[in-house]
Amino acid sequence: MIRSVYSAVAALTLLAVPASGATQSLAERLETCAGCHGVDGRSTLPETPSLAGQPADYLTVQLFLFREKLRPGTAMTPFAQGLSDAELQQLSEHFAALEPAPPASDPDPQAYARGAAIASEHRCGSCHVGDFSGQGQVPRLAGQREDYLAKALREYESGDRPGYDPVMAEVMAPIPVEEIPDLAHFLAHFDPDAD
Amino acid sequence: MQGFQTVLLASAIGMLGIPNALAQQGGGERPSWALERPEQSPAAEQLAPVSPPPIPTAREELPLDAITLPEGFEVEVFASGLANARSLALGEDGTVFVGTRLVGRVYAVTGDNGEAEVSTIAEGLHRPNGVAYKDGALYVAEVSRVLRYDDIQNRLDDPPEPAVVYDDLPKDEPHGWKFIAIGPDDKLYVPIGAPCNICEPTEEYAQIRRVNLDGSGAEVIARGVRNTVGFDWHPETGELWFTENGRDWLSESIPEDELNRATGSGEEHFGYPYCHQGDVLDDQFGWGRDCADYKAPEALLGPHTAALGAEFYEGTMFPEEYRNQLFIARHGPWNRTTKDEGGDVVVAKLDDQGKVVAVEPFMTGLLQNNEYLGRPVDLEVLPDGSLLVSDDFNGAIYRVTYGG
Repeated sequence: MIRSVYSAVAALTLLAVPASGATQSLAERLETCAGCHGVDGRSTLPETPSLAGQPADYLTVQLFLFREKLRPGTAMTPFAQGLSDAELQQLSEHFAALEPAPPASDPDPQAYARGAAIASEHRCGSCHVGDFSGQGQVPRLAGQREDYLAKALREYESGDRPGYDPVMAEVMAPIPVEEIPDLAHFLAHFDPDAD
Repeated sequence: MQGFQTVLLASAIGMLGIPNALAQQGGGERPSWALERPEQSPAAEQLAPVSPPPIPTAREELPLDAITLPEGFEVEVFASGLANARSLALGEDGTVFVGTRLVGRVYAVTGDNGEAEVSTIAEGLHRPNGVAYKDGALYVAEVSRVLRYDDIQNRLDDPPEPAVVYDDLPKDEPHGWKFIAIGPDDKLYVPIGAPCNICEPTEEYAQIRRVNLDGSGAEVIARGVRNTVGFDWHPETGELWFTENGRDWLSESIPEDELNRATGSGEEHFGYPYCHQGDVLDDQFGWGRDCADYKAPEALLGPHTAALGAEFYEGTMFPEEYRNQLFIARHGPWNRTTKDEGGDVVVAKLDDQGKVVAVEPFMTGLLQNNEYLGRPVDLEVLPDGSLLVSDDFNGAIYRVTYGG
């Protein structure tokens, strides 16, 4: 399912991918981003992350990894080719300034509670901040697509996503893969204003 | 660096959950580097490791003005634009090779510091932090293998495919990135860090190993070493002096990082996980043990200062008082609420008996007001006697000279 989504998306947007090194304006590049990540940085595409309100430094690191081909197994690598260091930061700052997506609606109370307990046990909030809004190179989890969160956590667990610093691989090592759906459910539905 | 704060984030120090690597560990299921973090301490809750930015700082923005050195010494930029510059090795024609930990690259720097040219000679490697040079070949250590690039100085524009020299190494990420060096015995020294913050790992961990340059004849020359990322051999005695990073989450001030001396017999155990800094029994693994049973450090290097690169000064540019003394790069702490030590280069001064009599600051100023302006990683003395210092926070290499 993932591959067909990506190939469909790739087919639609490949025409918009510039040749490596070609200059595109920021506005043109952002149109390309919006094709998958949504016009307001809020993704409606399965397993494709929302970028709105992500810390700029986190996005810069990820774009860097895509450009350097250090984050294999995604559709993003060709889109990052030819980006200058300044463009990595400009794109990141654009998305960081967007209003983040609200919590997903209609949580399953039991999955939410189980996920909250897992997040508490593993101290996710110590790096991702108590309201899971992220900081620096640590991403925002609150308001992120549930299917993307689950995918990322699985990939850190399996080692398919090695990460910049090896921290998430270590974090995920003691967490059973069966707990990932509840954790993703909790984080996607996390509402700081709720009880 | 612009846009990046010295915000604390998660990084790898330990890995729990490898059944064959670890004995039963007490405590709940937290990331290994946070397993022992005090539960009720708000201050401790805010502490997490620091990762450097992936984009190097522009040359004109490097913090040269902040650096302080003893009278008569000066610092300049040797090379910039090397994202995540870490370990240094020197080729016989003066090429400087640079390993990295986060960006998969190995760099080569040629030319004089005013006109240094940086090229990337390898990409996509798995944390190629360790570099060593011998007889025309560059050795590069990834997490679980050592590679060799032949005739490298003549092939900087078109590097050869590397040969795999040695890969009988664990694949654990925590403390998996390596510092390597070739000793006066022409053997390659490779540490294997403990795959955790504090644990009792199986015996292939927490050790320093040496192998022949063809990968044969592996032997353990030191045990009980939690994680060493820098070592050198004394110019006269030939003994191995290595820095060691101590465990976290016991307290902000204990244990200190260590400077150790190995005779190379393979019989010596430097204490981990039972005894730290020579005189502190571990609160979990130290029961029933005696620190007197382990080899104590030659000197202590400050709590959580992340002592890394170590290099004996054998040049003639610096004053005589620095000859055969040991320069040490301290990356700086992440788990101290007040960061008042580290982020610098110090000198361990030895007396005629080879005992450390003092550890003195040498290059300071990159850690101010709890914020990093730069973080030293490794050292290399050039043939002219000047001292190179790598800084992975800025992706740069500084050169320290003495003008008298």
